[in-house]
Amino acid sequence: MADLRPLRLLHRSNPGHTPVIMSTQPAIALSGLRKRFAQGGTVALDDVALDVAPGEIFGIVGRSGAGKSTLIRCVNLLERPDAGRITVLGQDMLALDEASLRAARRRIGMVFQHFNLHSRRTVAENIAFPLEVAGIARAERQARVAEILPLVGLEAKRDAYPAQLSGGQKQRVGIARALASRPEILLCDEATSALDPETTQEILALIRDLRARLDLTVLLITHEMGVVKAICDRVAVMEAGRVIEQGRVFDVFTQPAHPTTRRFVAEVIGHSVPAATLARLPAPGEGETRRLVQVVFAGPASTRAVVSEASRDFGIDINIVSGRVDEIAGEPFGVMALAAYGPPERLEAAFAWMLGLGLTVTELEG
Amino acid sequence: MSWLAPAIQDLLIEALWQTLAMVGASAAIAAVLGLPIALLLHVTSPEGLTPRPWINRPVGLLVNAARSTPFIILMVAIVPFTRLVAGTSIGTGAAIVPLALAATAFLARLFENALREVDKGVIEAARAMGATRLQIVWKVLVPEALPGLVAATTVSLVSLVGFSAMAGAVGGGGLGDLGIRFGYQRFMPEVMATVVVILILLVQGLQSLGDWLTRRLSHR
Repeated sequence: MADLRPLRLLHRSNPGHTPVIMSTQPAIALSGLRKRFAQGGTVALDDVALDVAPGEIFGIVGRSGAGKSTLIRCVNLLERPDAGRITVLGQDMLALDEASLRAARRRIGMVFQHFNLHSRRTVAENIAFPLEVAGIARAERQARVAEILPLVGLEAKRDAYPAQLSGGQKQRVGIARALASRPEILLCDEATSALDPETTQEILALIRDLRARLDLTVLLITHEMGVVKAICDRVAVMEAGRVIEQGRVFDVFTQPAHPTTRRFVAEVIGHSVPAATLARLPAPGEGETRRLVQVVFAGPASTRAVVSEASRDFGIDINIVSGRVDEIAGEPFGVMALAAYGPPERLEAAFAWMLGLGLTVTELEG
Repeated sequence: MSWLAPAIQDLLIEALWQTLAMVGASAAIAAVLGLPIALLLHVTSPEGLTPRPWINRPVGLLVNAARSTPFIILMVAIVPFTRLVAGTSIGTGAAIVPLALAATAFLARLFENALREVDKGVIEAARAMGATRLQIVWKVLVPEALPGLVAATTVSLVSLVGFSAMAGAVGGGGLGDLGIRFGYQRFMPEVMATVVVILILLVQGLQSLGDWLTRRLSHR
């Protein structure tokens, strides 16, 4: 099979010259997508635009009914939008006739929430299905299955039926099947939503690993911000058929702009302080006020001893109410809820200093 | 069967063969004709692969009409058609025509239900992998529905054993006919009892075979 891959950023070694950029064409480009389901007229997609760069893992997060499922299904035209443009690997999907669309779909693998395996086919037969459909000869099919089974760690389950597998194993079969025809793009439709947390992490690690090994571009939808945090490079947040925010995962997590995004982010890096904890905090002394703030540590300042510096330099008391340090998209990241006590102007000055360091400081108390 | 006169024993054996022939032949014809009708009904339905209400509704109507006509009426109503197909309207061969017709309609509906039970997700996955509609039908829909199709065939075989008892009305013979003519009309309860026992064993056997095959085929 011809190994057609999109052109990647290609740096030629030509001394004395700047690197030549061959192509920066997105793997998936969606623009102006609109979709309204007949009857009742719920708007599933309302002018959605996004670009997925080759080789990245792009996440779309939203509650159920936000339109993310419709959106991902538009990429391989399982769902047809009412208006808009869909360009995948440089092909205008909406302009394709049926045969070309089928050919285009073979370059886009898809993984499903409920696995959607053939119950009467063994693991190997399930994985071979897309090859069978593409008219590839039996011997070649078997060779490809033998090649792909170890990638997902299922050599031992080759002749098992789906009913004999655990959820995680079924999804590994789903992934192997999606990758059998060597697609350049992998669509994941809530691929881990039916799995327990541990298996979810395993599957996400597998997807991340396969992306690197096979040079895949991954577009996934999920309602769990944890999935985005674990493997995505960039994220788009959807609500009521619209993309309300998108950007690098680290930026969206550390500086969410939209209230809905903030709620999503809070799920993963929870920083709300329980009422009981608040009630137990000591009251401010004479001439002091108490300010409760959330401080997000990101970037170079994340390694500074901010709390003790502030306490020493501004003569204030700081009580750490809650805190955690985490890693998002490979970058260190910390979030703390602080109760600061001191004269109002000194507190103000301390927060201004923190902001100056590049930290995000937001008031928690009304 | 020493409680029966040798002449009756011969009649019984002949009647058993007639029943088996009528049930077997009509079920085979019904399965062959019923599957394409069921597929047509399924793919043209509103949620099907190619929704076509102008095909789906009339075909559905026709199937329902055949199903709602009582078998004994259907049998006499289609006598001209039977004569056209079988060359005669009397005898075991002639009885197969209305039996096959009734079973086709019955089986088409049961098959359609079995097809509807196939997980929509598997079909969607096949679409996403670039399968043609024909590939989806033959490589996904029918194989996935196979255990259900076999179970439906079993149900229709059992019903056909019952229907075939009415074939006596057109001189079709068979166990049911023997039971009526000898057991009932000639006051020979031992013949009636033997016929009933054979029919029970036959139905049990068919059901067990069908269940076994269904279990074997499904991997759930």
